[in-house]
Amino acid sequence: MVNVLDPSGTLAAGTASPLDDDEVLAALRLMKLSRAFDAKGASLQRQGRFGTFSQVAGQEASVVGSAWALDPVRDWIVPQYRELPALLRHGYPLSNFIRYFQGNPAGGAIPDGVNLLPIQISIAAQLPHAVGLAWGLQRQAKDAVVLVYFGDGASSEGDFHEACNLAGLVGAPVVFFLQNNGWAISTPRRKQSAGRTLAERAAAYGFPGAVVDGNDLFAVYAETARAVARARDGGGPTLIESVTRRLGPHNTADDPTRYVDPADAEHWRALDPIDRVERYLVQRDAHHAARIAAFDADVAGEIERALADADGGDAVNRDQLFAHVYADPPVRVVRQRAQRVLGDR
Amino acid sequence: MPVMTMIQAIRAGLDEALETDPRVMIVGEDVGALGGVFRATDGLQAKYGEARVVDMPLAEASIVGAALGLAVSGMRPIAEIQFLGFAHQAFHQIGQQVARMRFRSQGHCAVPLVLRAAFGGGVRTPELHSDAFEAFYAHCPGLKVVMPATAYDAKGLLATAIADPDPVLFCEPLRGYRLVKDDVPDEPYRVPFGQLRIARAGREVTLVAWSAAVQLAERAADALAAGGISAEVLDLRTLNPLDVDGLAAAVARTGRCVVVQEAPLSGGFGAEVVATLVETAFYHLQAPVERVSAPDTPYPLAGVEDFYLPSVDDVVHAARRTLAAA
Repeated sequence: MVNVLDPSGTLAAGTASPLDDDEVLAALRLMKLSRAFDAKGASLQRQGRFGTFSQVAGQEASVVGSAWALDPVRDWIVPQYRELPALLRHGYPLSNFIRYFQGNPAGGAIPDGVNLLPIQISIAAQLPHAVGLAWGLQRQAKDAVVLVYFGDGASSEGDFHEACNLAGLVGAPVVFFLQNNGWAISTPRRKQSAGRTLAERAAAYGFPGAVVDGNDLFAVYAETARAVARARDGGGPTLIESVTRRLGPHNTADDPTRYVDPADAEHWRALDPIDRVERYLVQRDAHHAARIAAFDADVAGEIERALADADGGDAVNRDQLFAHVYADPPVRVVRQRAQRVLGDR
Repeated sequence: MPVMTMIQAIRAGLDEALETDPRVMIVGEDVGALGGVFRATDGLQAKYGEARVVDMPLAEASIVGAALGLAVSGMRPIAEIQFLGFAHQAFHQIGQQVARMRFRSQGHCAVPLVLRAAFGGGVRTPELHSDAFEAFYAHCPGLKVVMPATAYDAKGLLATAIADPDPVLFCEPLRGYRLVKDDVPDEPYRVPFGQLRIARAGREVTLVAWSAAVQLAERAADALAAGGISAEVLDLRTLNPLDVDGLAAAVARTGRCVVVQEAPLSGGFGAEVVATLVETAFYHLQAPVERVSAPDTPYPLAGVEDFYLPSVDDVVHAARRTLAAA
């Protein structure tokens, strides 16, 4: 397992940080924003002001480190649903994310120039999309790499195997970023596959696989950057298994006390990916402590502004049922819209 | 104007699309050197290269799912599903992903994708190839469903499908691939979606069909004519969009209607046609609308296929019942 930064925040012997301090500080701020949003969203959900959503907690290094290796101007992210900070880094507005999980379809809108596919709810269905997208961009000689997120549960789906097989055959510039967070809702990793690792499957599809410490920002970033560079140079796909742990529930409707061993949870809490980066930075330079301390108020303000933006946007309306189903809707749908939206009865 | 079989017309349409639009590519099983199991892509890989006519690994979900990604990237993929019976293995990609990507992305990710599939029975295939499952797909909002019955329509509807900014399932009646032949212009043309065709004009009873069932209805109309009954045959051409007004107007003219489908009866698209007529032409109906279909049983082995599929006799008897009604 690739490891650079140990839990005490110390670089492993013979390794160097792949990022300078300003970048590490920016990545840490994004990780803290994600953690703060998890808490805020869960609180709002309990008040009935936010829908069912999946928190990132515990996986911030895995999500932020991988997204940091992409160039948002050129590269694409094909998400699943637990990658908020990656979406934000790539240019998706937090206010849209909020509206989506409030149940407003407008939140699904992706601004022009933001290279994202929509959040995916159907497990593993996005993997063939990512391969086709990467293949098509390559066919059009575009300098673009596609990174697709999925989990250990998704690696059992047929779509995962079909997508890997095709990607290897066509040499698609795609990075399969598998977040092994230990759980598919309540089903543990050991019940998904008898394989020793999930990454070793890459060999069967003719491309490299790697296992990284998913709670190590530097290891995740460095390994993803290597895979992105290989894809950009025409070297084809890579499967990265980022070994991390979901610290919270599957989503706000889940009760992990029914299946998580408290000792295991305690073990992983001690490996918190945010603490590790903070320790590293403060060891590097005691002056960083003050900047880090300021992040809490800073990200809280950003979240409040995004919530206000979301609340200030257009309210849900009946026309959203019809607006983006077809470019040229069938006559029957036109009439249904007339009845349901315009009250033409 | 040259006479072409349906398969020749489809091949000509694919050739024309590859020739005129560099974004078009064909992906599917055995579409390259073999030219497809029905030869719809015969010679196209030799003409346009392996990068544009691509033999895909045998995995329907990733053929469809990757085609979605290709479409979002800016390509215009045409994906071949060898038999519609195999599309079950891609159903989640078709119904949940392809059909609603525009909706889920608020218009950001359009999917201009044509899924071609050989459709229907009557040619002694092995099991699980031949079921007429068009109703599954007509029930997926966001997906257009096109069912040509003639060679002319196959080429013209295919051109419309390829130009459409949204996904289209294009079902090709495999029984008609070589049996159906008619005049097909060499030059490009389009047949619009949502406009039914009067395959045969008639006065006393309307036979409604799509795909290969149109020829069945025409043979039934011949048999009825021999008995002095004038039957009109409607070819719906597209199930989504459905020509709601054309259907109502045509049936209103005769007041009697038989809907012919190759699929099992219950929950089939014929039920949608009848319900539409009840809503739109009820006061013009002189008799209950009849349905002729396969029974509500699985598509069988080839030896009993002819007992399963609706026959000319079935249609003739149904038409006579509507005429006998008060």
